[in-house]
Amino acid sequence: MGIIKAFKLGFDYLKYDEDGNVEATQRAVNDVNLDIEAGDFVAVLGHNGSGKSTLAKQMNALLIPSEGTMWVDDMDTAKEPELWKIRQRAGMVFQNPDNQIIGTVVEEDVGFGPENMGVPTDEIWKRVDDSLKKTGMTAYRYQSPNKLSGGQKQRVAIAGVVAMRPSCIVLDEPTAMLDPNGRKEVLEAVSELNKKENVTVILITHYMEEVIHANKVYVMDGGNVVMQGTPREIFSQVETLKKYRLDVPQVTLLAHELHKAGVDIPEGILTKEELVGALCR
Amino acid sequence: MSIELKNVTYTYSQGTAYESHALKDINLVIPDGQFIGVIGHTGSGKSTLIQHFNALIQPTSGQIFYNGENVWAENYNRRALRSEVGLVFQYPEHQLFENTVLADVCFGPMNQGLSKEQAEKEAKKALAHVGVKEENFTKSPFELSGGQKKRVAIAGVLAMNPKILILDEPTAGLDPQGRDDILDQIAALHKMRGITIILVSHSMEDIAKYVERLIVMNHGEMVFDDTPKNVFSHYKELEGMGLAAPQITYIMHALSENGLNVDTTATTVEEARDTILEALKKQKPSLLKKGGNAE
Repeated sequence: MGIIKAFKLGFDYLKYDEDGNVEATQRAVNDVNLDIEAGDFVAVLGHNGSGKSTLAKQMNALLIPSEGTMWVDDMDTAKEPELWKIRQRAGMVFQNPDNQIIGTVVEEDVGFGPENMGVPTDEIWKRVDDSLKKTGMTAYRYQSPNKLSGGQKQRVAIAGVVAMRPSCIVLDEPTAMLDPNGRKEVLEAVSELNKKENVTVILITHYMEEVIHANKVYVMDGGNVVMQGTPREIFSQVETLKKYRLDVPQVTLLAHELHKAGVDIPEGILTKEELVGALCR
Repeated sequence: MSIELKNVTYTYSQGTAYESHALKDINLVIPDGQFIGVIGHTGSGKSTLIQHFNALIQPTSGQIFYNGENVWAENYNRRALRSEVGLVFQYPEHQLFENTVLADVCFGPMNQGLSKEQAEKEAKKALAHVGVKEENFTKSPFELSGGQKKRVAIAGVLAMNPKILILDEPTAGLDPQGRDDILDQIAALHKMRGITIILVSHSMEDIAKYVERLIVMNHGEMVFDDTPKNVFSHYKELEGMGLAAPQITYIMHALSENGLNVDTTATTVEEARDTILEALKKQKPSLLKKGGNAE
């Protein structure tokens, strides 16, 4: 069984009136079935309001399903006693780095998670060393997080999650606020963790180029998972994606346009190298 | 009508141990009606620069002129300046505060002294411009999705009928369609109302698609001020500054290195498609299928 599994998952946001009675419900996630294997790199796409973040928040029990079941490492997220264990297994990184950094020194921030878990001091330092190394932030360990760039701050946030030794990291648009270099740094750090440490990655993003690293892509619309497959399978359906208010990487779009104009070139090209190969063979 | 910066320097925490130059000797003229992009890595001075444009920040040294008048002169009406030069901050949704969408957008024009009716007229016009539907006018702005909130915040600035509209990363966190919608609407505003647009962005693809002039900031200095095509031809230098060129630029260079005779200055998908088709016709006609709709 996979590390994250969902069965007929549904979630409703409730709106209360002044007396605390439920006035309206809004379905954010509907009938979602997932089976994510340990070591997977999963990307979740979808327009604003499609239910991506609501789904992600259920993966570490920040939200409890209104319907169906979510299992993280075989633990049912709706079962209270498992809550803290689940949050240690599935760490989360959010969009705005400034909202998740609490330490005044980088190493202190990274050590906050394991310290809260009651990890012995020696072990905390070992984990801090280790996580900083894995995210390429060792050189900044004595600095104030305020002085870092956006990409560096996000890597500190990721190091903080890594220090809790999760088996899975959920990243909710971690690069949305970053400049091109910052985006690259964060993506590289995440791919390294996935490849070298076999950490399962769930990446929510609006940057289609980031998705080509994934081995599985889910597309959400109106709370439902409407497409799933490899990046190539997904991105070869340019028109369908447009219908879901999404996009494809520019290289894929260029290949699609050339294909439409009568050039003998396959759909679903994902990299510059593939395009060069197809046109300069 | 123009903004002019003369030898503008801005130093944070001057005279303390934390002193740092956010802007160094910037000289710049922004004439009417341009669509200008500003790029630079985090901390390059972009945001400090644009806050000088409507006198939110006073330069440490140097002068800023709006229509020939020094905006930091003693009797200059900076309040009036700020309603002519509208600024939409990086998290426009943080600028929302009213009970309803319409009331929020009316706040600016009412502050300018318009009556309630006039303000509502301007507000409705601005909301229509950014594509907010009438059914949302009476909703709380906080009930809306991220993209809708951003639109309302932009409408709030537009309703004051600015001559110059400055947007600091207006599309961060929006889905691709939402991003295109907002930028298309801004481009349409530029065309219809002839207002000057200054767009700060981290997306090189958006910059390539929309702007006619591109300013690149690095460590507080203006390193490029040219057409996007000319700026992106320096893509290796841009990378050294933590930036990049649009993906298309890299593709065109790779194709050219592999012998396909394409125009490497193409920066958008359409331009790339056209120059590739042109090159294929000459060099590899066998790749063009018969019956395809290639011209």
